[in-house]
Amino acid sequence: MSDLRTELKQSIIEQLNLEELSIEDIDNDDSLFGDGLGLDSIDALELIVLLEKDYGIKLTDPNQGKEIFISINKMAEYIESHRTK
Amino acid sequence: MSRTVYIIGIGAISAQTEESIFLEKPIIYNSNIFQAISPNFKEYIPAMALRRMSQVIKMGLTAGKMALQDANVELPDAIITGTGEGCKQDTEKFLESMLSQQEELLTPTSFIQSTHNTVGGQIALNLKCSGYNVTYSQESASLESALIDSVLLLNEKPSLNSVLVGGVDEVSNRITSFGYLNGFLKEEEIENLSLFSKKSEGTITSEGAFFFNLTTENIKDSYAQLKGVTNFKAESSIEISEKITEFLLKNSLRSQDLDIVFLGKNGDLEQDKVYDELQNTIFSETCQLAYKHLSGDFKTVTGFAIWLSCLIFKKQQIPAILKLNAIYGANPKNILLYNLSSNTNHSLILLQKP
Repeated sequence: MSDLRTELKQSIIEQLNLEELSIEDIDNDDSLFGDGLGLDSIDALELIVLLEKDYGIKLTDPNQGKEIFISINKMAEYIESHRTK
Repeated sequence: MSRTVYIIGIGAISAQTEESIFLEKPIIYNSNIFQAISPNFKEYIPAMALRRMSQVIKMGLTAGKMALQDANVELPDAIITGTGEGCKQDTEKFLESMLSQQEELLTPTSFIQSTHNTVGGQIALNLKCSGYNVTYSQESASLESALIDSVLLLNEKPSLNSVLVGGVDEVSNRITSFGYLNGFLKEEEIENLSLFSKKSEGTITSEGAFFFNLTTENIKDSYAQLKGVTNFKAESSIEISEKITEFLLKNSLRSQDLDIVFLGKNGDLEQDKVYDELQNTIFSETCQLAYKHLSGDFKTVTGFAIWLSCLIFKKQQIPAILKLNAIYGANPKNILLYNLSSNTNHSLILLQKP
């Protein structure tokens, strides 16, 4: 279970070029947007692609992202219950 | 009557530094493609914005901010950018993703940032500048076109006082190396400083960003007056000489009034014959300088020569590494930049000490 969270952190750092951060810098409950990691709307698009590419989850409604991309824990929970690969 | 335009701030990123040239310690490269020396971009761009920028955006934004800081200007009235080849790194990244992922699940960042006007847009976003913002992409005439537009804008709108104008181009893995296939680059890898002694076809290339803050007020620290800029086509060496003479006359000068001519020689055996002819005729009595052995040749490289000219005016020093002949341009007042690209696109930029 924690492997998925570590994997997610690694993917986010690589995909979003968060060169300044390491896996240890991201807490599982940190906000990904706003005051947390400070991600923005372009990052949200990148995360939607990441979900589909790595886990086979296709978000048909972009508004779903607001509930899924809250934190690493929330993302991992959603992936665990919806992944197709 | 047209308004006089001055360069009051300069910012440059290239394969050389001010110190390497003016202290006569040029940086040596042993490849026909070499990269610019990057400053610490974090000093100019917030880390969260920096992380998704390719080299051309980082260089353009940083050089733009350097020019503004140098001129002590916080917010320009307009931003005008020239780029011959635009955001090649992001274009390649996007195209490679299309191929590897069978045109599916493409990430948006590289696509968004692959358009030529990304640099000008990012400068505006960073400065929160909502003024006139245009990007010119006319191959080797891109920077010159941006300069012409800057002068026109300052003349058409007297309420505007500050224009940030510049040129930027980057090296990329694949598109830049296509130069080996179409003859732009020399087949044999050479040392950059031997560019003019190798008698072979092709040249060397690199990248850079050169931004200038223009205004119509001559301040104490103005670097230069931008007297004139033009692009032209010509069929013969006689016609080239005529066009140069005509351009100088339009600016009330003759060739003998020039203290320095900056020539865009790039070591290509065929193309340099055009420069040789000029060196032996209308510029035979003028101090002749070259720069592409230091900067490499690329579409907006004349920005490097403008930057050097500004520093020559300011320091009243002509580095020996630039010299093509023995004539010394003491106390230079008038500098002409002549560039020829792809054997077809000619450009002239005339700078005068303010």
